[in-house]
Amino acid sequence: MFDLLGVPPQALFGQLLLGLINGSFYALLSLGLAVIFGMLNVINFAHGALYMVGAFVAWLLLNYLGLGYWWALFLAPTAVGLIGVVLEKTMLSRLYKLDHLYGLLLTFGLALIFEGAFRHFYGVSGQPYPIPDLLKGGQNLGFMFLPNYRGWVVVSSLIVCFGTWFAIERTRLGAYLRAATENPVLVQAFGINVPVMVSATYAFGVALAGLAGVLAAPIYQVSPLMGSNLIIIVFAVVVIGGMGSILGAILTGLGLGLMEGLTKVFYPEASNIVVFVVMAIVLLIKPAGLFGRER
Amino acid sequence: MRSLLLAGTALLTLASGAAQAQVSNDVVRIGVLNDRSGIYADLAGEGSAIAARMAAEEFGGKVAGAPIEIVVADHQNKADIAASKAREWVDTGNVDVIADVPNSAAALAVQGITKEKKRIFLMSGPGATALTGAQCSPYGFHWTYDNYAMAAGTGRALFEQGKKSWYFVTADYAFGQSLEEETTKMVNKLGGKVVGTVRHPLGSSDFSSFLLQAQASKADVIGFANAGGDATNAVKQAAEFGITQSGQSLAGLLLFITDVHALGLSAAQGLMFTEGFYWNLDDQTRDWSKKFEAKAGKKPTMVQAGVYSAVKHYLKAVEAAKTDDSDKVAAKMRELPVEDMFAKKGKVAANGRMFHDMYLVRVKKPGESKGPWDYYDVVKTIPAETAFLDPALSGCPLVK
Repeated sequence: MFDLLGVPPQALFGQLLLGLINGSFYALLSLGLAVIFGMLNVINFAHGALYMVGAFVAWLLLNYLGLGYWWALFLAPTAVGLIGVVLEKTMLSRLYKLDHLYGLLLTFGLALIFEGAFRHFYGVSGQPYPIPDLLKGGQNLGFMFLPNYRGWVVVSSLIVCFGTWFAIERTRLGAYLRAATENPVLVQAFGINVPVMVSATYAFGVALAGLAGVLAAPIYQVSPLMGSNLIIIVFAVVVIGGMGSILGAILTGLGLGLMEGLTKVFYPEASNIVVFVVMAIVLLIKPAGLFGRER
Repeated sequence: MRSLLLAGTALLTLASGAAQAQVSNDVVRIGVLNDRSGIYADLAGEGSAIAARMAAEEFGGKVAGAPIEIVVADHQNKADIAASKAREWVDTGNVDVIADVPNSAAALAVQGITKEKKRIFLMSGPGATALTGAQCSPYGFHWTYDNYAMAAGTGRALFEQGKKSWYFVTADYAFGQSLEEETTKMVNKLGGKVVGTVRHPLGSSDFSSFLLQAQASKADVIGFANAGGDATNAVKQAAEFGITQSGQSLAGLLLFITDVHALGLSAAQGLMFTEGFYWNLDDQTRDWSKKFEAKAGKKPTMVQAGVYSAVKHYLKAVEAAKTDDSDKVAAKMRELPVEDMFAKKGKVAANGRMFHDMYLVRVKKPGESKGPWDYYDVVKTIPAETAFLDPALSGCPLVK
C-alpha cells in the first residue's frame, strides 16, 4: 500500500469520483452557456438563476401538483425553456445589434429579479427535495460508498452533454445553426427561419440549466441562492474552455471538477479559488481559452 | 396667586425639560443590523426587526418619555459593511443601540466601534466567545448563545453517550474556527480526542468530499462547525452518503429551527444539538411565538427571540436609569435581573455575557411530529451556570 503525500489511494479514488460528479454539473451548466454564447453572442448571466428556477419548478410540481422527480425531469426544463423563449422574444432579441455588454447587463438584471422574487416568497434557507425512491441507497465500491443518485447524475449529464455536442457539430440542423451564427442574412436567404432558430437555441440553452437544476434538487437544498453559488465557477469554466466552444465547455467542466476534488483533499481551504487560479493562468498563456479560436 | 401659578408652570416646564434632556436627541433609536438577504437572513433578518418592534410595542412605543424608533440595515455578512454602517448610525444617525449582528466577523468589527463610541451593543446573532473574552466591551452584551455554550452542551452530551473521538468539518472563518476550538477544548477536557479536521470555504454547496474524509477518519462523531446553508447542505449530504447508518454520529454545533425546517425531518431526524430557545417550552414562549408567527409567518429562532429579550431588557434599563446615557444604562443592565419569556432569572455578568438556561434538543422522527414546527424533543435543560463559560476564565479585562 502506498500513500500519495499522506493520502491513501482509496481516498484519492473516492475524491476523484466526487470531482467527476461535480464536474458533470459544471459541464452541463457551462454547456448551456457555451451554446448560447456561441450561437447568439449573448453572455447569459441569468443562467444561474434559471438553474435555480429549474430546481424550484421541480419542488413546486412535487408540492402543489404531486408530480414526482421523473415528471420534473421533463417538465422543469420545458418550463425553463418557455421562460427562455419569452425572455428572448421580448427582450434579448432587441439587443443583438448592440455591444455584448448590453446583453450581459440585461441578463444580470434578470438574474437579480428572479433571485429576489424567489427569496421574497421562499426565504433563503431552502426547501427539502427528496431523492426519488428508485435511486435511493448506494453501492459500496470498496474505496467509497457511492450513492446511486450521484451515479445517475454523472451518467445522465454525460449523455446530455455529448448528445448536444453531436447535435451541434455533426447534424444538419447543427450545421444550419453554425452557419446562421456566421452569416444570418445569407442563411435566411436560403429559406431558413433564423429568428425562430435563435429563439429555439436560447430556449435549449436555458433548458439545460433547468435540467441541471432538477438534477441538483435532491443533492443540494432547493434555495434561491443556489444559482449564484455556482454561476461564477461555471463562467470561469467557459472562459477556460474558450467562449463558445461546445467540446471545450464539456471537457473543461469535467477537468476542473477533478482538479477541485483534488484540492479538497490536499488543501481544502483553497477549493473555492483553484478554478480562478487556473483561469488566470490560462488567460495569460492562451487568452482565447484552451479550445477557443482567436477571432 | 398669578405669579405663583406662573412660577409653578415654569418649574414644571423646567422639570419636564430636564427629564427630556436625559434622552439624547429626544429619541431612543435602536438599529437592527444583520444579514437580510444572505444565508443568515432566515434565522435573523427581518424576523429580528419584528422581534425588536414587539419589544418596543410592549413599552407603548415610548421609554423615559421619549419615543422608541427601530431602524434596520443589511450588513451582507461583510465585516467592512457592518463597520461602516455602525459608524454611520452612531456618527450621523443618532442610533443609541445596535442589536443582533449575526456573523462573528461583523460583530467583532461592530464591537470595536461601539466600544470606542460608547454605544450599547446587544448581540444575539454572533457566536464568537471573544466577544465576551479578550474583545469584551463595557457596552457589549452577548445575549442568546455563544460558541462555548454550543460546544460544551453538545460535546458533553455526546461524551456521556460514550462517543469520544471527533472529526470536524469547519467553515473556514472566524466563527467556524472559534466553534471548532471551543469544542476541541471541551472534548479534550473530558478525555476524548479530536482525530482530524477539514476546513471548507464559507458558502460551499458540495460537502461530499469533506464528508468522505470525515468518514475515512472513523471518528465517533462528525462535528459540523458551520451554520446556515452550509450546515443544512452538510447534514443533507451526510444522509445521502449513508454516514449515520455506518455508526458515526452527526453533531450540528450550531443549528437553528429554520435549518431543521429547511432540511425536513426525514433528513434531520436524530440530530442532537444545543438551543437557546424553543417556541414550545411553556405557555409564555408559546404565546409570544404565536404573536411573532402572526407577523413573520414562521416560528422564531433563538436569535430572533434573543433580540426581543435583549431589546426589552435594554428598554427596562433606560426606564430605570431615566436616561439613555450608555454608562448608566449599561450599569442598570448588569444590575437588573433579566426576566421575560426568553430568559427566566437571567443575569448579565461583568464581561457582558447574559446567563440563562440552554436546552439540549433532539430532532423528532417524521412520525412523532404533530405538525409544522413541532420538531424538537427537549432532552435536558442545561442550567445557566454550566451552560456558559465562567467569566473569570473568559480573559475579559473587565472581570476583576
